[in-house]
Amino acid sequence: MYAQEVKSTGKGVKALEEMSAEERAFQERIDAGEKIEPKDWMPDGYRKTLVRQISQHGHSEVVGQLPEGNWITRAPTLERKSILLAKVQDEAGHGLYLYSAAETLGVSRADLIDDLLAGRAKYSSIFNYPTLNWADMGAVGWLVDGAAIVNQVALQRTSYGPYSRAMVRICKEESFHARQGYDIMMKMAGGTAAQKQMAQDALDRLWWPALMMFGPPDADSVHSAQSMAWKIKVMTNDEGRQKFVDQTIPQIEYLGLEVPDQDAVLDAESGHYRFTDPDWREFFEVLKGNGPCNVDRLRARNMAHDEGAWFREGLMAHAKKQQIAAE
Amino acid sequence: MTNEWPLWEIFIRGQHGLSHRHVGSLHAPDAEMAILNARDVYTRRNEGVSLWVVKSSDISASAPGRKGPMFDPSNDKTYRHPTFFDIPDEVGSM
Amino acid sequence: MFEFLLRMGDNTLVLGHRVSEWCGHSPVLEEDIALANIALDMIGQTRLWLGLAGEVEGQGRDADALAFRRDVWDFRNLLIVERPNRDYGHTLMRQFLFDLWHHERLADLCLSSDDRVAGIAAKCVKEADYHLERSIDLVVRLGDGTAESHAKMQAALEALWPYVGEMFVDDGLDVEMAEQGIAPLPSSQRARFDAALDRALARATLIRPESDFAQKGGRSGTHTEDLGHMLATMQFLQRAYPDARW
Repeated sequence: MYAQEVKSTGKGVKALEEMSAEERAFQERIDAGEKIEPKDWMPDGYRKTLVRQISQHGHSEVVGQLPEGNWITRAPTLERKSILLAKVQDEAGHGLYLYSAAETLGVSRADLIDDLLAGRAKYSSIFNYPTLNWADMGAVGWLVDGAAIVNQVALQRTSYGPYSRAMVRICKEESFHARQGYDIMMKMAGGTAAQKQMAQDALDRLWWPALMMFGPPDADSVHSAQSMAWKIKVMTNDEGRQKFVDQTIPQIEYLGLEVPDQDAVLDAESGHYRFTDPDWREFFEVLKGNGPCNVDRLRARNMAHDEGAWFREGLMAHAKKQQIAAE
Repeated sequence: MTNEWPLWEIFIRGQHGLSHRHVGSLHAPDAEMAILNARDVYTRRNEGVSLWVVKSSDISASAPGRKGPMFDPSNDKTYRHPTFFDIPDEVGSM
Repeated sequence: MFEFLLRMGDNTLVLGHRVSEWCGHSPVLEEDIALANIALDMIGQTRLWLGLAGEVEGQGRDADALAFRRDVWDFRNLLIVERPNRDYGHTLMRQFLFDLWHHERLADLCLSSDDRVAGIAAKCVKEADYHLERSIDLVVRLGDGTAESHAKMQAALEALWPYVGEMFVDDGLDVEMAEQGIAPLPSSQRARFDAALDRALARATLIRPESDFAQKGGRSGTHTEDLGHMLATMQFLQRAYPDARW
């Protein structure tokens, strides 16, 4: 998964000559392709933007366990159950890698999680949509992880060392996710009439939310300029979305399913597809908390956290007793 | 929350007899649990044969501001590298 | 032999399913990942046991057909593995009691006169070894931890205790398996189980319940109400779309 950029500071990017000596040295290191490491000097804005982006990315992974977790107990074969479980487990791992990367910037995981549970932090809008039939497990892996990969492959080049290294690790694991998803879709699209119907239904529902994953159009995303200069973001929202559409439409055709966007057409001159924008009003409503599953997702995370408190405290208490006994 | 499990840095020795390498971090109440957790988190794809865990707060690092004085001096000691010396081919490999 | 293999495979099938129910809902990320590994091991073991069961039966049923197309009365698992998750302590205690038994059982089966059984057991026992280490570790730590964690673990032990006895009851099939050298009598494991249990409980400061009353029936197909609900969920797709391939 990935982080969705929506908030804007409204500030433009400073020119090199307007910067302090420190800021300039910092920007020059980034321009030279150097990685910034945890103890290096960095502008406050860089640190803040990174903490927000990496933690949103981490939250997305953690909340992202839920829509697929919804089908683990109903997976149709032992092998499918194993694959899905391994995949959702990877999402937890990715959340953990990302929180760790954020922690190198001086925040604690506990505080980040508190922000998520209290509804103060954002996570990707896609996970506020429900998974309603088994083909959704295919469509999520194929479309949602597919969209995430477009972003994450680019983010391996991000300027912050720990974030970049987390992305490298995540990308290695993520291609398994997209492939297992497409494998399910192939089985469903080539299966019985009912299976094919499930496949089309899943595609129709998840297509538009998948396009939204890249964030609002570049024109409405002022914040991007500074993030791009800092290489916290390395691809614009529209670039990512275009790349995703271009790679996905032929995959839909291969499956023999209908492209949910009837106006999507290949522009012979540019080699890119022209396609219809998703409903941005819906997108902003989902971000505000009004998606079909926002309440349920946060409730599930809160329950897991609250009901697990005694477990976390019990283990810590034992460790402290042992430490005292050893001293 | 003051009672958060401490953070541990995880080092793994891969299959090929190399040194332990830093792979990431995680939270655990103590070293023993950190090893169990590291096994589950960082070796899901058969990545290693041995694990080290070190409490993050126990790691001391060189100051980034001292990068020049710390590491530049070795730049001009090229005689430490074997390619500094021209050895005649007739002598054979050395 | 078929029934014996079902007893092994149904245990890991049902417990693996229960453990997988936690995915995304456990107390901390590290634990979510660890628990998923255990569930993955159990589902993998199920494929081996039920795969062999299908082969031995010779009716063309594979592991999936056995897992997804049998009804409650055909399941041969111990009752303890179908008990619902309840709280996390309950889940860990159930795993601990099962692992104590399972590890010993698999170690014995490594010496089975049947090479196929010995082969599967040799693969599974390594996984069970790790599960047991983790289970003992967590039970000891939580038993000793805070007053609250101690109370939860003691309560879980008491709730699950009536389901322990069934692990060691011998029936006609067990006698037959023992005579053929395929698997030793379950009762022969009891002393080792008790010794390991007492060692762990002492470190955990938990008290072993006095009663030796045992709930039984799982191994011959008489289950608790919970298994039917579990199967209704687990088997839904295979039952609703019997012609589909997944």
